[in-house]
Formats: sequence, C-alpha cells, structure tokens
Amino acid sequence: MLPDVKVVALVSIGQHVKSGRFQRADQDARAVEMGLKLCGDMLSVVHAGEPGEPVLRRYLGAGLKALTVLKQPADADVVGPLCEYLSEQNAQIILTGSKAECGEASGMMPYLVGESLGWPVVSRVADILKVNDGEAEILQALPRGQRRLLKVRLPFVASVDSAAEAARQSAFGPGQRGCIHSVEVAVVPDELRTRWTLGPAKKRPKRLAVVKAKSAADRFKAATAKSQGAGGVILQTETPREQAQAIVNLLLDEGLIR
Amino acid sequence: MNFEDSEQLRRRDPRIEQIQRNRLHPLHESLSSASTIVRGPSGLLRKNPHHIGFMGPNGIKRIDRLAGNGPAIGRGQGAKKVTSEAPRPLLSVEQPEQFVLAVMDMVGGRLTAHDKDVLGQAQQLATELPAQCAVVAVVFGAIKEKAFELAGVDRLIHLSGEAYEGYCPEQSVAALQAIDAKLHPRFWLFPDSVHGAGELGLRLAAQLKERPATQAWQVTLDKTVFRGGSGRSDICADTPRLLLLAEECAPPVEETRHEAKPVSELREDSVPRALCRINDGGQVAVDPKQISLDEAEFILAAGNGIQDWAQFHQAAELLRATEGASRVAVDDGFMPRNTQVGATGTWVSARAYIAVGISGAVQHLQGIATCDKVIAINTDAGCDMVKRADLSVIGDSQEILAELISLCEQRQEKGVEHVA
Repeated sequence: MLPDVKVVALVSIGQHVKSGRFQRADQDARAVEMGLKLCGDMLSVVHAGEPGEPVLRRYLGAGLKALTVLKQPADADVVGPLCEYLSEQNAQIILTGSKAECGEASGMMPYLVGESLGWPVVSRVADILKVNDGEAEILQALPRGQRRLLKVRLPFVASVDSAAEAARQSAFGPGQRGCIHSVEVAVVPDELRTRWTLGPAKKRPKRLAVVKAKSAADRFKAATAKSQGAGGVILQTETPREQAQAIVNLLLDEGLIR
Repeated sequence: MNFEDSEQLRRRDPRIEQIQRNRLHPLHESLSSASTIVRGPSGLLRKNPHHIGFMGPNGIKRIDRLAGNGPAIGRGQGAKKVTSEAPRPLLSVEQPEQFVLAVMDMVGGRLTAHDKDVLGQAQQLATELPAQCAVVAVVFGAIKEKAFELAGVDRLIHLSGEAYEGYCPEQSVAALQAIDAKLHPRFWLFPDSVHGAGELGLRLAAQLKERPATQAWQVTLDKTVFRGGSGRSDICADTPRLLLLAEECAPPVEETRHEAKPVSELREDSVPRALCRINDGGQVAVDPKQISLDEAEFILAAGNGIQDWAQFHQAAELLRATEGASRVAVDDGFMPRNTQVGATGTWVSARAYIAVGISGAVQHLQGIATCDKVIAINTDAGCDMVKRADLSVIGDSQEILAELISLCEQRQEKGVEHVA
C-alpha cells in the first residue's frame, strides 16, 4: 500500500459481448482493483459521461467511497476536457483499460492522455510490483502468458491488460451508498464522428482455401491430403541418452530451454 | 532457367521414335524395350506385372498401350519428376511518387500471417492509387525472414541495433516519425495485434495527431469499415491515413514478386535518438503452471504410457513446461480435467509439444493441430502420434524421461557454475 502516491483510475461503461447489456468494463474494473491495491481509499476514480448512469454504481459497489463524473453528452469528444481535468489533479499514476467495450474502442485514450500531459505510457500492464523513490516496477503482459519487467519514473499513464488481477465482486448496498460527484466541464463535439455510419457488426466472410493446382493430380492430392506432417525424424535404435539429447537439442533450437 | 534445369528436361528424338515405330528397321530390336512377357522354364508364358508401365511426368504410373511402339516419353532415366515451378513475375517500381508504409510485427524475426495480410492490403491500396506507388515495409530488430520479395515488399526499411532491442516503443515511434517526415506516406498500415506493431500504430497516431481506424477489415481508397467495441458494431468512415488492420483484412500476395530494395535515404544514423523513459528489465520467468493451457508456449503432455507420475511432474518442472494430458490419463484420475488436450478438452497452440506415451487419438491430434513442433516419446513406432511428430523417440518413456531429467539437471548445474 502506497498512501503517498496519488493514483487516478479512469473508468468507462462496458458492454457484454453477447447480450449487449451494460456492465462494468472488464479492464477498467481491473484498473480500479489495481488502484485499490496500490493506495486503498486514496484512489480517485473518474468517469466522463452521464452522472446518472446506473452502471457507475457497480464500480462504487467494489469498495469505493466516491466517484467523480465529468458531465459529457454521449456524442462528445471527452479526451480534451478529461486531460484538462487530470492536469489539475496532481496525479502520479493514471490507470486506464487498454480498450473500451462500447463505441469506437480504438484504444487511443491512454496515449492521447499521455501525449497531452507529456507523460510516458506503459501499455498492457499486468501488475505494478512496487514504487520506490519515484520509480515504479511494472510487469507487462506479453502474449502466451509471458511477462516483462519495466521500470518507469513517476508520473506515468498505465493501460491495464486483461491479464491483471480480476476485479473484486461488486455489492449492491455499498454501490447505492457511494457518492457520485458531478463536475461541469467544457463540451467538445466530435465532428468526425458525425460523418460516420454506424451499424450492427456484419459477419465477416471466411477465407476459403483456394487450391491453385495446375494439374488434376495436384488437385486430387490437395483434396485427399491428410493434415499430417511430412513425417519427422524417428530415433529407434539409439540409446535413451542419445534420444534425450536429440529432444534437448530441438528445444534449444526453438529457444524454449536455456 | 539455368543449365542444370534444361538438362533435366526430356527431349524428343524424332529419329529414334521413327525407328521404334518401324518394326522393319534394322535397329528396331535394339531400341524397343525388353518385353515384360518371357517364356518360363516350364514353357509357360510369364508376365511380370511390376515391369508394366513407367512413371509419368507427374509421378503417376502410366501404362503404355502402344507396346513400346510409341514415342519414348517417360521411359528410362529421363522419367524424373518435374517439380520446378515457374518463378513469379517481378513487379518493380522504379521511381515511386507515393508510398504506402506497413510496419511489421515480426514475431521471432519472421513475418506472421497477419503481417502478410497487411502487406497484401498495402499492395491493393498501392495498385488503386493513381500515381506510381511503392509498398515500404518497416522492420525493427534482428530478422530471420528471407522471403520479403514474395510477401509484396517493394522497399524495405530495416532498423536494428542496440536502441531497437527489447521493448523500446519511444525509440521506434521516433524512427517512424522521422520516416513520416521524410517520405510523407499516403497510408500507414499496422497489424492490430498484441505483438507490438499495433501499439506503435496507436503511439504514432497520438504523436501525429491523426485519428486511426482500428480493427479495420474492409479498406478501399475512400471508405473503410472497422469494428467497434466488443465486436458488436461496424463503423463505415472515410479512410484515414493511419490504419490498424484486423486479421484476414486482405489476401496475402501470392502471384507476384517484388524488389524488397533497402531504402537508401534512411539509415539508423538519420533517426534521432529519443528520450527513453521506459526501461526494459527483460523477460521474467513465469511459473508454467500459472499459464493457461491454450496459450502455453511449451507443453509436456502425458498419456496412458506413463507409469511413474512423480517423474513426469519432475520432468515438467525441470523443463519449465506446462503440463497437459490425454483423455485416458484424465479419466484414470492421474491428471485434473482442465489439463486435457484435444477436441473434448483444450485446443492448444504451443510452439513445442512433447507427447509422452500418447498414441494419438483423432480427437487428440485435432487438439494439437496448430502446434509447431511435436515430439513423441512412445514405445510403438507405428502409432498416429509418431506419424504427426517432427521428432519421434521410440523406447521406454520412463528411461527417456530419466535421461531427460539428468540432462536438464546437468545443464542447470553448468549454468550455476557459469554464473558463479
């Protein structure tokens, strides 16, 4: 727990992939969880949108006392006012999700905030291990469950990955008791968005395996070929020692053992 | 085509063909092939079925119904399989007026399938543009890829060196900005993936103050269709300059060959050194048991052939492999259900998969279909897993695992000494 570090978590409204019901955005909820782990009650949580949104109560239900909402209509570009608000907050760590679950969901938000504040942006954060002398040690999530250690000086923006610790359950009562502070900020209309046409997702065509065989024999082969490999090396007469050595050599070639 | 290739081509000799057709020619007997029908010792006519026919040019056996009187195509030493493919036509761009830039993921130093799709999309856009347009691929770090020409790369910018090793998004974005200032590309294309190029695209967009389209899957010069949040909506917009493309956005280049010439104006020293505020501490050793089976990189799987389970767990721990199991091992209660690999369990995508004592049921082979290297340890050389495997070791699994464990222990001891 680091009570002397000021952490701000930015949250958005999520949407269930199949049913489309509004819910806590998964990565944002994980960001709140990470913030609670870092500085407990000192965490401030900010949302830009409608203060009356019932989903915000679910964030409060995870143990937050209060939540700040910057009043924004649904079709506004929230990045400018949000950055302006954040620059006045003296925050040292800003936690966000990697990608929104509604709307454009480009994943640009952390980078735009970082760019406007002039702070470094650390992407796909799985965990913040410790903060020592103004330097944070961060575990970054890589594909295939791997992790990378990064060291960044405060302040910074971190976008939280789905590999981070799962959010705690949200309780109804504390959610209703929590406070929502609404803040009036400037409204910037999103002009580019008015020229877009938005529709439900179309099913993408599946890529067909086109057989480019020149002769009938090749076409026949392509149609009847099994998905088995071309036949590998078989070691039958060697001693177990040699066989084990062959396995180790292959794993070394692939870089899987050191 | 070089001289050796032309030697393998069969040439018809019209004179010999004429002699073979003419049974009255004095040389006919010597040139026509020996008959497969001979009179046996008892006086009966014997036909040797193995000598009937010859291998055709496609590697298929053909029977000559002309009884040796036809032209001598495909007979004798000339009957080698013709496998040489015609080289793809080379498309070269001499004086490009515009550029389409594509930043590549390069996982393990090689182009991924997603990278090739992006290059295919880049070539599509380049042909749609009215001016002479070159597709430029930007690649960071060490590379092992050799076939940039076949993937559709007209020009190649390869930035490597100490500054581009490990995680260095700030330096890479500085390089991309320098390229942007130099070439003024018409489009920037990135694969929208978790391997790093997608992140560079977002960072560059923030620097250049452009609004990119992410998860774009239908791109033409004017209009782009891209996926919104949770994949629930499609957004149709004017095509922006920066695009992060979804997988299978366009077919990869398959018909043509390109130059893949290095861009002479851009070198490492022409890119300014960026202020790197994020320090890379390198990869961290992760407990392989914590990695879920479907995304594990290296799996050691056990089947019915395992007797000593303690030894198997020890081997998995020493190799730092995630444990998997076949259905039999799970049903018998030796392994938990969530480790089951196969159609009824988890579909895995490991880079290396060691199957110990698994004979390879169809369902199991389906589950490991996308694995790169499969190693089989089995007593039966004829089982299906051995047919699938890249390396098969036939023998008692207990002995081989014991040797594997001792080898790993030796390596670890050596490593400790080396460090000390």
